[in-house]
Amino acid sequence: MAVQTGRPVAGTRGGKTARGPRPGPGTPSGGLRRAVSTHWYAWAMVAPVVAVIGVIIGYPLVRGVHLSLTDADERNVARHIGVNNLPATYEFVGLDNYRAALTGDQFLSTLGWTLVWTVSCVAVTFALGLGLATLLNRRIAGRSLYRMLLILPWAVPGFVSVFAWRFLYNEDRGLLNKLLAGGGIDAVPWLNDPTWAKFSVIAVNIWLGVPFMMVALLGGLQSLPGELYEAAEMDGADAWQRFVHITLPGLRPVSTTVILLSTIWTFNMFPVIFLLTRGGPGEATQILVTQAYKFSFEISPRDYAQSSTWGVLILVLLMLFAALYRRVLRNQGDSW
Amino acid sequence: MRRGITAAALAVTLALAVTACGGDDASGGGKSAGGELSGKVTWWDTSTVGSEDKVFEELAEGFEKLHPKVDVVYVNVPFGDAQNKFKNAAQANSGAPDVIRSEVAWTPEFADLGYLAPLDGTPALKDGADFLPQAAASTRYAGKTYAVPQVIDSMGLFYNKKIFKEAGVEVPATVDALKATAKTVKEKTGKTGLYLRGDDAYWFLSFLYGEGGNLVDADSKTVTVDNAAGVKALTVVKDLVDSGAARTDATDGWENMQAAFKDGRVAMMINGPWAVTDTYAGAQFTDKANLGIAPVPAGSAAQGAPQGGHNLAVYAGSGNLDASYAFTEYMTSAASQTRIAEKLSLLPTRTSVYTRPGVADNEIVGFFKPVVDKAVERPWIPETGSLFAPLVTEYTKVLTGQTTPEKGAGATGDAYRKLLKGWK
Repeated sequence: MAVQTGRPVAGTRGGKTARGPRPGPGTPSGGLRRAVSTHWYAWAMVAPVVAVIGVIIGYPLVRGVHLSLTDADERNVARHIGVNNLPATYEFVGLDNYRAALTGDQFLSTLGWTLVWTVSCVAVTFALGLGLATLLNRRIAGRSLYRMLLILPWAVPGFVSVFAWRFLYNEDRGLLNKLLAGGGIDAVPWLNDPTWAKFSVIAVNIWLGVPFMMVALLGGLQSLPGELYEAAEMDGADAWQRFVHITLPGLRPVSTTVILLSTIWTFNMFPVIFLLTRGGPGEATQILVTQAYKFSFEISPRDYAQSSTWGVLILVLLMLFAALYRRVLRNQGDSW
Repeated sequence: MRRGITAAALAVTLALAVTACGGDDASGGGKSAGGELSGKVTWWDTSTVGSEDKVFEELAEGFEKLHPKVDVVYVNVPFGDAQNKFKNAAQANSGAPDVIRSEVAWTPEFADLGYLAPLDGTPALKDGADFLPQAAASTRYAGKTYAVPQVIDSMGLFYNKKIFKEAGVEVPATVDALKATAKTVKEKTGKTGLYLRGDDAYWFLSFLYGEGGNLVDADSKTVTVDNAAGVKALTVVKDLVDSGAARTDATDGWENMQAAFKDGRVAMMINGPWAVTDTYAGAQFTDKANLGIAPVPAGSAAQGAPQGGHNLAVYAGSGNLDASYAFTEYMTSAASQTRIAEKLSLLPTRTSVYTRPGVADNEIVGFFKPVVDKAVERPWIPETGSLFAPLVTEYTKVLTGQTTPEKGAGATGDAYRKLLKGWK
């Protein structure tokens, strides 16, 4: 067979040829065998990582996709409890779950609010973070102290902050309503009215997200060369023009990355919603991940199939978003 | 290649060793040669922390005195989390307790999922004939008994006598009177009339029964939550909130309700005997006589409160079944129930306990016993524990104005029909 041509070379001087261009088309098995024999140590080093990733990411992912194609729930999965051995009785249903999710209104309405939540959180967080970073980039007295204080929300564990906010929001006993009462304003049903609850969860998420934005953008600002500003000033550009024409373009590499990250995080921001409102009142603040959790852990019987269907849809949506975002940026001349 | 075989053999050996360990009974209990109980019994209690838990913990520790070789591990799991936590642990077959305090509606569900050990013929069910029939009803599933009743309860209207006197109002017997009373209280004292929990649909049941409705009718396999009575009941509670007679909450309802009532910021709430000890701890009730309890107000069709309570159930995967059976028997014995009734005013499930001194003269027990006797029994089907999740979502939506009573009732009914396959 013609495919044998490359082998003698590889056999004699395997170490060198493997690094250089391939002399001819080898068989897949021949190439593999050669790769294994020459780079066995590299494979050995990589193997544990591959195994761990396979176990902690690959298996759950495959299992999730599999479950989303079945009608698995708490009653029909296999269980072994003491003397009770109950075999699995769930069935393959094809794409029925996806059809149900995409044609019913629950998924689409939850997706609608999830998008509102993500866009408003990211936009406001970015704007505030940029503003604070610009402020702190000047030489002002006590700059390090301000930086420390502004980074504080980030240092506190997320659940602690969220519970603190929940106390602040309490309609009867919360600090916010006590302050408002001092100003003669009626109590606000922060978490008990659908519109206020949406506002409240967004506010908490912004509070939690600003430090990250600020630190990342501050880093970006500090890497901008001062000469550009001096030159612009010489040319008579005012502060706003310097901001629009030097700061913003200069921050592009940093801001595109933090916006992408922040979008993905906010889209899947489970703790804020879950700990603050549990998706309530009713389903008013339920985002896709908290609803998927609800299917899998809060209702009974637990609906594993529907939950994994939503999980897969979330993954697909985020992958689509990331791909689109990259394409848009590449078209605008960014490369990363 | 030879190395590969060695590695594979090693891996298999390790895997076998690990599974052998997992299969082995970790608590290592059972009966020793002399028939004496030994080992560890983990008990998940769900009673209210701060008012009830200490009594239950002391009681559980008393078991160690009877059986010195048994180590009782008391764990208090908040009631709201216990159902899910137990299901997680039971299904994963790790971390589940030997004995769990299971709410009556959870019991058939756990049994149906295969998580509970049948108790017929075991020492756990001693003197079974002594139990109140309505308390024992929720412990049976598919011809077997899966739990032992620990306490039984129902609900009543709790009111603050001092505020009532100040406002010059009488105890309301109907929902219409409730609304009028609440308004008078607001006008005369500036305080809110009624606290209505908006984050837990159990508190809605007496309004539903009051209009002649029910969640489902198990005999005819019919979903009834969305019929005219169900819609009317949702309209009634929405009107109580909208008219300002009642205030409600979609989060932290229990804490807010108890705090507001104990501080005297609201005059009335609907609650059960499990709230009595905590309520007495409030500033308004240092004089216990200030707390009034009356039957829940009647609706336009009937008067009734749900029957609730707790059972003790043994986990089927328990490594120490013998000690768990004995522990369950001890915790539900007449002596233990007497102590619980005396200290916490919780209602016994054994007929014989009601005549004992310390129980017979307990005012709270005396009030709730006739209420329990008339309480509306729920259908003890495996899905009973699943009926609240769809209802509470729609109930909260109705109270916060996101949906109408008609649509809320309809959505709940649709969810029930999906859950109960083949029902009308």
